[in-house]
Amino acid sequence: MSAHEQFAEDLALYALGSLDGAERHALEKHLDGCASCRRELELLRGDLSLLALTIAVPKPPSRARQRLMSAITNEPRLPVAPQASERQQRSGWSALGWPALRWTAAVALVVVGIGLVRQNSTLQQDLASLRAQFTDRGSKLEQADEVVATLLDPDAIKIELVAVGNKPQPRGKAIYQRRNRKLIFFASNLPPLPTEKIYELWLFPANGGAPIAAGLFKPDARGSATVVNPPLPEGVEAKNFAVTLEPESGSHESPRGTPVIVGVGE
Amino acid sequence: MSSAETNAITSDLRLVTAIRSADQSAMAVLYDRYSSIVYSVALRVLQDTGAAEDVLQDIFMQLWRKPGAFDASRGNMAAWLAVITRNRAIDALRRRRPENDISDVLVSVEHDLASEADRSRIMEKVRGALQAMPAPQRSALEMAYFEGLTHSEIAGKTGEPLGTIKTRIRAGLLALRKVFAA
Repeated sequence: MSAHEQFAEDLALYALGSLDGAERHALEKHLDGCASCRRELELLRGDLSLLALTIAVPKPPSRARQRLMSAITNEPRLPVAPQASERQQRSGWSALGWPALRWTAAVALVVVGIGLVRQNSTLQQDLASLRAQFTDRGSKLEQADEVVATLLDPDAIKIELVAVGNKPQPRGKAIYQRRNRKLIFFASNLPPLPTEKIYELWLFPANGGAPIAAGLFKPDARGSATVVNPPLPEGVEAKNFAVTLEPESGSHESPRGTPVIVGVGE
Repeated sequence: MSSAETNAITSDLRLVTAIRSADQSAMAVLYDRYSSIVYSVALRVLQDTGAAEDVLQDIFMQLWRKPGAFDASRGNMAAWLAVITRNRAIDALRRRRPENDISDVLVSVEHDLASEADRSRIMEKVRGALQAMPAPQRSALEMAYFEGLTHSEIAGKTGEPLGTIKTRIRAGLLALRKVFAA
């Protein structure tokens, strides 16, 4: 029995959140290094979402909408944490008792006051700097969202330009960030898939280890396809990427089919 | 995929992008589109309208705070919301702290759920598949999904061996998938 078969039933329970103890621990350990089981887990969750659709669909009361919109209006996107140190200092002074410590307290208050003014000034500067950083990051994030939305938009046409007279060849571009396990892959001019076949992207580790499955995909009518952030194990340094033509059914754990495009690394 | 379905998915992506820029009207549109799914799943699990409204509020507030949690490359918003709502409702039912961050829940669907018409069509198919299942299999699946019972609890309740319950749950889910593969 392969490891995948051994974990097959546990995966369904894990998707339901009803696996615990040693079995859960063993499965999570296996999932860390098994892209095929992570993919199956995502599919099982998709199957579970179908069950939700068997329910009669009542509309929530209108007060629920008002409650949400009111909460959104009242909740700032970047809440500023309360200044706990200031609160603690205030309660500490009340506990000491003002009449008995009049002079000491007066002197101390002046010192604390100066400290608070300085602290306040520093906090104001920090806050202004943070606001500027958030605004800058927000703007960059918005630009990135627009780029991603355009790239993934099924309505967007993708046309590759080649030298006049040349026939467009299948090609792909993989952009991989090992640190965050992020991978974006674009392919173009791929031949149409034969019956019961599918394309699969592979990551070839730099340490010479076995190729790692990095996503199954089907190109659109123009031969274009995109794979965005497939499940990958942590910290793998990539030497290369390749796309193979694989049988649609069966295991996709290691390449069985023919290579279609292969990278040269950077 | 029809152009209407494509438009619905694209439109979800645009709404999520707008929500990232703190656009409240985009949030209102998304709520109007999907609040019925979220509410009905929560209500089915919790059997209490007040508790279901709390989950509804919680799910959309999380989406407001963390719109990037939805991974559009893996499926559609309806399926993802159904899964995270069911998980959150089960957590509420069992009075436990939420175990997973919503962004850790990746859901893959190979069928279209973007429009209401798609969902009605699929609902009929899934209901048919459930009816066609042997009663003990359907019952095990529903107890696990809607009541959040573990396989040990189901085994205790039905007097069946643990292994049988595990097999029934997986076979039940795969039977649902098969309906759409045919």
